[in-house]
Amino acid sequence: MGKVVVVTSGKGGVGKTTSTAALGAAVARTGKKVALVDFDVGLRNLDLIMGAERRVVFDLVNVIQGTAKLSQALIRDKRVETLFLLPASQTRDKDALTEEGVGEVIDKLRSVFDYVFCDSPAGIERGAQLAMRFADEAVIVTNPEVSSVRDSDRIIGLLDARTVKAERGEQIAKHVLVTRYDAARAARGEMLSIDDVLEILSTPLLGIIPESQDVLKASNLGSPVTLSDPTNSAARAYIEAAKRLEGEELPVVVPFERKGFLDRLFGRRAA
Amino acid sequence: MTFAAPVETKSIRFRARSFVAFTLTPEAPLSEWLESLDRWIGNSPGYFAGRPVVLNLNTLKPEVGQIETLVAELGLRGIRIYAIELDGSTALEPNLPPVLIGAKEATAGLLMQADSKGRPEEAGRAEEGRAEPGKQPEDRQPDAPATLMVKTPIRSGQSVFYAHGDVIVLGSVASGSEIVAAGSIHVYGTLRGRASAGVLGHSAARIFCRKNEAELLSVDGWYCTAEEMEPSLRGKAVQAFLEKDTLRIAPFS
Repeated sequence: MGKVVVVTSGKGGVGKTTSTAALGAAVARTGKKVALVDFDVGLRNLDLIMGAERRVVFDLVNVIQGTAKLSQALIRDKRVETLFLLPASQTRDKDALTEEGVGEVIDKLRSVFDYVFCDSPAGIERGAQLAMRFADEAVIVTNPEVSSVRDSDRIIGLLDARTVKAERGEQIAKHVLVTRYDAARAARGEMLSIDDVLEILSTPLLGIIPESQDVLKASNLGSPVTLSDPTNSAARAYIEAAKRLEGEELPVVVPFERKGFLDRLFGRRAA
Repeated sequence: MTFAAPVETKSIRFRARSFVAFTLTPEAPLSEWLESLDRWIGNSPGYFAGRPVVLNLNTLKPEVGQIETLVAELGLRGIRIYAIELDGSTALEPNLPPVLIGAKEATAGLLMQADSKGRPEEAGRAEEGRAEPGKQPEDRQPDAPATLMVKTPIRSGQSVFYAHGDVIVLGSVASGSEIVAAGSIHVYGTLRGRASAGVLGHSAARIFCRKNEAELLSVDGWYCTAEEMEPSLRGKAVQAFLEKDTLRIAPFS
């Protein structure tokens, strides 16, 4: 039986989809069978970041409504053999998902794959609650800023109350993934420190992804950053986070700014 | 030397039971009073749902016919009257709630209800209980815990309401969440949300926290928001309590 991991956040734009793709690809590279499911019906994005937008024929809504088989809708990644994508529908409205339907699809995926990553829509509405409903674990993506952390706290509360696991009285495993961390700005006190984020959320840390142009570049190229350039700092951070998700004990290093001699002389300033 | 137990000692045990009820005290003119009640219910719908309510008619002193229409009016608003307080009358019409004798404000202890109709023994017992307030704690259910222990952090958007006593939170209380307790509130993490202690009218209640980042602290209806707080009290271990009807927040040295 595979593990179902929901990638979620309260606030939008924190990097859920990027993180889903990067973590999923990193796990799949180790040989595990991985499915990425896009729950953001109406705004599909995961297929873009995976570079599969032109290969989408059937989607999650088709599978749930029974107009397509799961095997027809799953798209196999061209780079990694064990990586699959179940895209969301852009044309249907977000009420097309039903709880029973989602439960059936997740059960089927769980029996075939080692890992099922569910990319949740932002917010606390029905779509987000359906994405987390059947999860065993949750990755809460947050930026080191107050509004994002506050909304993540709200989501953690929902994870403890509205998931099937929680309703059975079990604990859903939760991890915080801090994205877009800018060491220079954190040092100047313009961002919340990692300690502050963890203190507010009181949830274990999965990883810290540094703010990096490479992430954006990779997204625009339609490739998860962990596949396009596994050596850059963001990709390395995602690969380590994926290892922690698989249970490996790795210490998390808070990125700090390396200042060169000239930088120190002129004092680099972000705009 | 064995005797059969005398029959008289095998009597039925009557015990007093105390509970807290809300009191509504209508004032003349009644239509205006009902209007303001409607406004209040509009602001907090469902407040009276399932709560015991006592109607105190000592201020209004209506006639019997008036009581009937008043009880019906309140029934329309979803308020069920459990008993009526009216000095000088021992019993009303059988279709009206029973008359309550000698009720006390909850702040002065728990309410004692004497069911004066039909069961003189029990009424007598209740009288005794009232004469000796020291006996009252024994009348509480022994297994009802007076403290709510919350072992998980209270997340943004969550609300903890405890009408029976103190609330202890081992973790932190996130901003955007609230704790409402009839007794005191103890937070061993950081208090970032709202905390209201003594909400059912208990002015001796206090709020304690290890680190004060609260949005609002309130005891028995007297409150202090984050903006009104002394900046020197933020981030400190503090307690909040009432002193001559003002809310004081004091750091622990």
